[in-house]
Amino acid sequence: MVFDGLFDGFTAQLLAGTVMTVKVTLAATAMGIVLGLLGASARLSKVAPVRWLGDGYVGIIRGIPELLIVFLIYFGSTRLLMFIASQFGYHEYIELSPFVAGVIALGLTFGGYATEVFRGAFLAIPPSQKEAAEALGMGKLRIFYRIQLPQVWRVALPGLGNLILVLMKDTALISVIGLEELTRKTSMAVTATREPFTWYLTAAFMYLALTVIATVLLNYFEKHSRRHEVPVQSSFKKLAEG
Amino acid sequence: MDWSVIAEYYPRLLDGAWTTLQLVVLSGVIGVILAVPMALARLSPNRWINIFPYTYIFFFRGTPLLIQVFLIYYGLSQFEVIRESILWPFLREPYWCAIITLALHTTAYIAEILRGAIQAIPKGEVEACRVMGMSKFTMYRRILLPRAFGIMLPAYGNEVILMLKGSALASTITLLDLTGMARTIIARTYTPEEIYIAAGVMYLVISWLFMIFFKMLDRVFNRHRLA
Repeated sequence: MVFDGLFDGFTAQLLAGTVMTVKVTLAATAMGIVLGLLGASARLSKVAPVRWLGDGYVGIIRGIPELLIVFLIYFGSTRLLMFIASQFGYHEYIELSPFVAGVIALGLTFGGYATEVFRGAFLAIPPSQKEAAEALGMGKLRIFYRIQLPQVWRVALPGLGNLILVLMKDTALISVIGLEELTRKTSMAVTATREPFTWYLTAAFMYLALTVIATVLLNYFEKHSRRHEVPVQSSFKKLAEG
Repeated sequence: MDWSVIAEYYPRLLDGAWTTLQLVVLSGVIGVILAVPMALARLSPNRWINIFPYTYIFFFRGTPLLIQVFLIYYGLSQFEVIRESILWPFLREPYWCAIITLALHTTAYIAEILRGAIQAIPKGEVEACRVMGMSKFTMYRRILLPRAFGIMLPAYGNEVILMLKGSALASTITLLDLTGMARTIIARTYTPEEIYIAAGVMYLVISWLFMIFFKMLDRVFNRHRLA
């Protein structure tokens, strides 16, 4: 069948697209976690204007479609970047690559939702711990990364895991501005073969596989982060069993 | 920045917003109707019954909405049976394809929310129904489903806002919703910042309206819980 020959070539293309999807997911997650920590700190700040800034960020991200944010960053950034560059005497045309624009747009989205996750996690740490650290003479920054941050991870992990799964599916949106990730590669295969159902279903199963792999990894990390919660008796039992 | 383009084009953006609203409301209503049997089947202890909703929910929650949109809009045309069926005049239209996809997508999520709500009902209420001699059907119709709707209302409100954001994907299949309209205007005016920001503000306003609406519904349905 003609189909078999085509299948090999396009499968390789789809796998290349999958690698790109994973790359975008990881990059946007990293950016989103940083923004989420900043956002949570802002929302918990004692200074009112900083708090408003955090609230505004979350409010905007929650109400505007991701697709619109992708378009705004990709098509709207050129003029802003060129204006900034012209202040420094640089007058050439500047444009964000689809990869960078996509990572920024999805990182911003991830950050907005992660702000809420981290805020809850910070509030879950008993305030007495902070007081104890202060009594020991620790500075604010040191309390943040020695006392609060290590515990925040643990509480935030399930929430962050869900956000990563949502983000992975949202990376499909970047195909609209031309990044050659899984969805884009699939559309190319569709144009060549005129078999849209076959190919989009194949892509759907590849996304499902990614979701399953990510879920398994996240479950492992979650279990790992909670290993101290195992009751003493049952760990004795494990030792006894061997 | 040239803000006068917004003054000139906002009636067209409002047209787009109206289409967006139709997409969200229609798919939301269809989603709730389909989600009830889906959630009940998912709760069934019979393996042969709960395998279908399980697979359905796994598929629709595990794949991107954009792929689902393409699968229905472009994908269905691959089959001659569908192209020659009486449904084709509907399935050819981007408007109906968008509504079908959004409805199928949100059904999966609402079914999970509804399942959680039904499971959150205290066991004592089920036992009380049995003591009263209610049949299973009456128990679900009169007690469990109304209770579950009250419990799931806040989560359902969130889901509707997520669908509002998801409805922007309809613009990728040439539908002129708020995002699609913004793209069309920009293709003529070359003012992406202004028009996208204006569209974003409109989305924010719509999502606030939905939030207020659901807060009011919550007050009506859950007034027994409020002091």
